Amino acid sequence: MNGLVGRAALLVSLPFIVLGIITIPVALRRGRRDWIPIAYGAVLANFLLVTAAALAMVVALVTHDFSVSYVAQVGSRETPLFYTIISLWGALEGSILFWGWVLSLYAVAVVWFNRERPGDLVPYSAMVLLAVSLFFAILLVGPANPFHVVFPVPPNGPGPNPLLQNHILMGIHPPLLYLGYVGMSVPFAFAVGAVLSGEAESNDWIRLTRNWTVASWGFLSAAIIAGMWWSYDVLGWGGYWAWDPVENASFLPWLTATAFLHSAMVQERRSMLRVWNLNLVVGTFALTILGTFLTRSGIISSVHAFTTGTIGYYFLTFIGLVLLTALAMVAGNSDRLSTRGRLDSAASRETIFLLNNLFLTAFMLTVLVGTLFPLVAEAIRGVKVSVGGPFFNRMSLPLIAALLFLMGVGPALPWKVASRADLREKLLPPISGAVVLLGIAILMGIRNPYGLLVFTFVGYSAAANLREYWIGVRARHVAQGEAWPTALVKLVGSNRRRYGGYIAHFGVFFVALGITASSSLRSEREATLKPGETVSVYGRTVRLKSMWGREEKQRSVVGATMELIENGNVRATLEPRMNFYPTSQEPVPTPDVHSGVFGDLYLSLVAFRPDGSTATIKAIYEPLLPWIWFGGGVVVFGAIVSGWPARRRRTAVPAIVASANPARDAA
Amino acid sequence: MNWKRATIAGAFAFPIIGLFIYGLKHDPHDIPSPLPGKPAPTFALEVFAPGQPPLGRPIGDTVRLADLKGQVVVLNFWASWCLACRDEHRTLSEVARSYADKPVHFVGSLYQDTPNAGRQWIAELGGQSYPSVQDPRTRTAIDYGLYGVPETFIIGRDGLIAHKITGPASAAAVTQIVDSLLATPAPAKGAP
Repeated sequence: MNGLVGRAALLVSLPFIVLGIITIPVALRRGRRDWIPIAYGAVLANFLLVTAAALAMVVALVTHDFSVSYVAQVGSRETPLFYTIISLWGALEGSILFWGWVLSLYAVAVVWFNRERPGDLVPYSAMVLLAVSLFFAILLVGPANPFHVVFPVPPNGPGPNPLLQNHILMGIHPPLLYLGYVGMSVPFAFAVGAVLSGEAESNDWIRLTRNWTVASWGFLSAAIIAGMWWSYDVLGWGGYWAWDPVENASFLPWLTATAFLHSAMVQERRSMLRVWNLNLVVGTFALTILGTFLTRSGIISSVHAFTTGTIGYYFLTFIGLVLLTALAMVAGNSDRLSTRGRLDSAASRETIFLLNNLFLTAFMLTVLVGTLFPLVAEAIRGVKVSVGGPFFNRMSLPLIAALLFLMGVGPALPWKVASRADLREKLLPPISGAVVLLGIAILMGIRNPYGLLVFTFVGYSAAANLREYWIGVRARHVAQGEAWPTALVKLVGSNRRRYGGYIAHFGVFFVALGITASSSLRSEREATLKPGETVSVYGRTVRLKSMWGREEKQRSVVGATMELIENGNVRATLEPRMNFYPTSQEPVPTPDVHSGVFGDLYLSLVAFRPDGSTATIKAIYEPLLPWIWFGGGVVVFGAIVSGWPARRRRTAVPAIVASANPARDAA
Repeated sequence: MNWKRATIAGAFAFPIIGLFIYGLKHDPHDIPSPLPGKPAPTFALEVFAPGQPPLGRPIGDTVRLADLKGQVVVLNFWASWCLACRDEHRTLSEVARSYADKPVHFVGSLYQDTPNAGRQWIAELGGQSYPSVQDPRTRTAIDYGLYGVPETFIIGRDGLIAHKITGPASAAAVTQIVDSLLATPAPAKGAP
C-alpha cells in the first residue's frame, strides 16, 4: 500500500514537471502571461506529490512495511523510532527522495516569495528548478526507486548502518546539508533565468540571487560544522576533519559560494565581474551535483559512500548537460556582459574582494585536484594512491592565512580609492590586535609558524572588524545621542548585510583559532587501567571507576565510568562506550567529552577485558576545540542577520524592470 | 558567442567527464584481494540448514574443509537480513545442483545472524539445494577477511583459494571458475 502510493505519486509527478517546463517558455515567447499560473500550478503539484511519496516512505518505515525495498534495506524492528524515521535519508534511494523533496520545496518557495516580481526572470527560474526536479524524478522512478516491491516480505531488516543510528546529529546534519546543497540550485536557476529573460545586464538579479545564496550558504556552513561535530563525537579519534572525498565535496561549493557572496557586492556597487559572477553561481551548482555524484556513484572510496548501482551514469549525463548549458550561457553572453567598470586603484575594497575570490577559487581547485587525484593516477598509471591530510594541509594553510588577513583589510578599505591617510588610519590600528593574539599564541605554547601566523592574522582582522563596529556605534552615540546598546542594534539594522557579514567573519575567526589551537597543542595518552587507577593528560587526571555492560533492544553496550579529578574532588563523570550492533563486525565507539571554555577532554574506550578487570582508555586534551562549534554558531547567526528577508517595501520594483512591464506594474 | 572562453571552459570540463566515465567502470573497493593463491583458512562448522538431497547434510553434522580436499569448494557467506543475498540465492542453488555428480561442494555460511532466521529465510525463498553452516562469533568470516555479505570464495582442488566474488554471484561466473578448476587434475594424495 505504502509502496503503491509512493510509486504512483512519483510517476504522476513526471507529467506535471514536463508540463511546467514546456508551458513557461511557450507562454513567455507568445506573450501569454496568463499561462504562467498553469506552470506554477505544476510546481505546486510536484511539491505535493513528492511530499506524498516522502510521507508514504516515512509511514512505511515507521510501520515496518518490509514489502517496500528501501525499508527492507534500512529498517529493522529493533531500531528506535527516531532513527527509523530519519533513516529516510540514511541510504541512497531515500536520500535521493529527500533531495527531490527539498528541491520541490525550494521551487515552491522561489515562486511564492517572488510572486509579485515583474519580468520573466522568476518564470524562467521556475522552469530551471523544474528541469532539475525532472532529473531527480527520473532517478526516483528509475535507478534509485525506493519503492520496489519485495516478495516474499521479509520478517525483519538489518536496520540502518550502525554509524548512522548512533548519534542525534544524524537527524540534523543531513537535512542541513541538503538544505544548503539543494539550495544552491536556486542561484543557478536565477542565473539561467536572468540570461534567458535578458535581465543579466541589470544588477538587480544579483541582489535577489545573493539573498538566496546567503540562506543556502548559512545552511551549508551549519551542515559542515555539524558534520565535523558528528565525526568528532562518534569516530573516537578526537578529530573532526579528514579531507575525506565527501567532506571535500561539501566544502567545494561552500568555497565558491563564499566567493560569490563577496564578488556579488562588487557587481552591485561597480557593475564589474558580471561574467565572473555568472561563472561562480553556475560553478557552485555544478559542484553540488559533482559532490552528489562522488558520494552516490561509488567512484571514489570514502567512509560516506553509498551503495551503488547504475546511478552514476545518470549523474554523469546530468553533469554534462549542466556544463553544456553553462558553457553556452556564459560563452554566448560574455561579450554582451563584459565589464564596463574598471578598478580605480589597487588600494580599494574591490581589489581585496578580487584577491579574496582569487584565493577562494585557488583553494577550491586545490581541494578538487586533491580529491580527484587518486582517480587520475589510476586512469593514467594504473596505481592506487591516496591523497590525505599532509597534501591538503600544506596546500591550504597559506591560502587560509592569506584569507584571514584579507578579512581584516577588506572591511577597512573604502570602495574605489583609498588615500594614503585612509590607509594609515585604517590599517595601522588593528596591528595592536595582531600583537596581542601573537603573544597569547606564544604563551599557549604554539610554536609552528602557521599556527602563529593564523593567530596573528586573526588578531589583526578581528580588531579591524571590531573597529568597524566601534566607529559606527560611536558615530550614532555621538550624533544621535543613542545609548550604546541601542546604537549597536540600530547600526546593525541600518545595514544588516554588511554588519551580518562581519558577524560571520567573527565566527570564522573563532573556528580558525579553535582548529589551530586544537591541532597544534593536542595532547594524547593511551593507558590500560584497572578500576581505581588514573591517567593524566595535559594536567587533567581521570580515574577509572568501573566497567559495565548492558543489553539494549538493537545493540549491546559496554562502557567505562570515568571520573575527572580536580584537587582530589570528582569534578565530572564521563562514560565512554562501545556499541555492538548485530550487523557490524566493528564496534561503534561512543567517546565522551567534557567541554570547558578553554578546551575539551575527550575520552574514548579503545579495548577492555570481557571480565571488566581492565579498560584501555584513550584520553585526549584539545585546547580551544569547543570554539569551533561556537564559531560555527556565530557564522550561522551572521548569515541569519545578513540574509533574513527585509520587510516588504512598496517601492521595491526596480525602475528598469518596471518600465519594461507597464501592464504588470499597474496590476 | 565568445569561442575563446567556450574552448577554455570545454578544455577544462570535458576531460573531467572523461575521467568520471573511466572511474565508473572501476570499483574503488575492488582492491585486489591477497587471498587468491593462498591456502584457504580451514574451518569446521556445524550444519543448521540441511539442504536437499542429493547435496544435503543432516543438521548437526560438521563440515570440515580438511575432509573436502581434492574437491572444488564454493563457500558463500550470506545473511537473512541481506537483500543482495536474495538475488543470488536461486542461482547458487541451481548451479550447485548442476554439479551434483561432480567433485564440487557448495557450503553456505551464515554471517551475523541466528540459525532460526536463516532457516526461515531459506524456507521462504523456496529452499536451498546445499547445506548451510553457522559460524559462531564469525571466526571463519574473519579468517576470510569478509568485507560484507554476500561474498563467495571458490577453493580449488589443491586447497588454495582460486577466486573471490564480491557481491551477488552470477551463474556464469561461478560455472566458468568451477569448470576451469575441475579441468585441472586433483593433486596426488600426499602432495604438499
